[in-house]
Amino acid sequence: MMRTMPGSLYENRKLQLVIGFAAGFLFGFLLQKGGVTRYDVIIGQLLLKDFTVVKVMLSAVVTGMIGVHLLRSLGLAALHPKSGSFGSVIPGGLIFGAGFGLLGYCPGTLAGAAGQGSLDALLGGIAGVLIGTAAFAQLFPKLDRAILGKGDFGEMTLPQLFKVNPWRVIPGVAFAIVALLVWMEKSGF
Amino acid sequence: MDRWSPYAAGIGIGILSWVTFLLSDRALGCSTAFSRTSGMIERLFRGDKVLDKPYYRKFVPEIDWEWMLVLGMFFGALASSVLSGQFQFQWVPERWMAAFGGSFPVRWLASLAGGFLLGFGARWAGGCTSGHGISGTLQLAISSWVATLCFFIGGVATAGLIFRYFLK
Repeated sequence: MMRTMPGSLYENRKLQLVIGFAAGFLFGFLLQKGGVTRYDVIIGQLLLKDFTVVKVMLSAVVTGMIGVHLLRSLGLAALHPKSGSFGSVIPGGLIFGAGFGLLGYCPGTLAGAAGQGSLDALLGGIAGVLIGTAAFAQLFPKLDRAILGKGDFGEMTLPQLFKVNPWRVIPGVAFAIVALLVWMEKSGF
Repeated sequence: MDRWSPYAAGIGIGILSWVTFLLSDRALGCSTAFSRTSGMIERLFRGDKVLDKPYYRKFVPEIDWEWMLVLGMFFGALASSVLSGQFQFQWVPERWMAAFGGSFPVRWLASLAGGFLLGFGARWAGGCTSGHGISGTLQLAISSWVATLCFFIGGVATAGLIFRYFLK
């Protein structure tokens, strides 16, 4: 019965657009409060001088991982892992990284940076991302044939890879992330 | 408080991901919204035949949940920065200025080129620092852990090169 309630909720398109906006508002608010909508903080991370970005991301991942898997175990949410292949995530990830290092924002923090008045993000970065995504859409059929599907591993997750219940993996991953964060604090990162 | 602990912000984002899975059956992610927007802009100039492109059949150029999410992010960061008195129009970020000078055209060109690679790479990899880096990794998806590692390898290498060899 609990699944039918969210079921009808998901189909309410207008309400979903409002929820999307509200979630984005909170996401942008939290990113700005965490300092990661600033070029100086992100580039500090990529120059390995300021570990704020990694701290924000890892604490989001550990919190999200436990809660989302709990919701799933309770039958209140379904997972949506992205499918991928080595041909997509490795070259795509490295090209993304080159852009990340040159621009100093990622797509989400770019929207946040524009909101806090960073004109390089608003006038340069956003235009660049739009041109880049349009170029990808243009080249997609060729890239798809040539490389995107190479080494496909589908929607595989770590628990599926090890063929175990997710709860056999989650405590270990959570412990590793928290231990890394504690170590980073103690070592002055 | 002007700036929160990174852990407070991160835990908040983690809790927000619970809410989007529960209320919307969706994960936080940003880059397809840019792809849809470029499709919408292209459609203005080239008409409905844009919709026939295979990529835009997969990601239809329309306003969807994620598009509203990214719009909300703009306003959320705007509200946060105004409330803490941090909102300011800034042409060139400080750390860039210290290394490469205060010229906006130079920073603009770098931003445009960096943005191009970011958008192109995000769609090639099937996600960005939100969709893969937070939402995918928290679901323990292999593709997302590999992608995120590549984002940072590429980012650290590029930032290191630029700051070492192109200093003013």
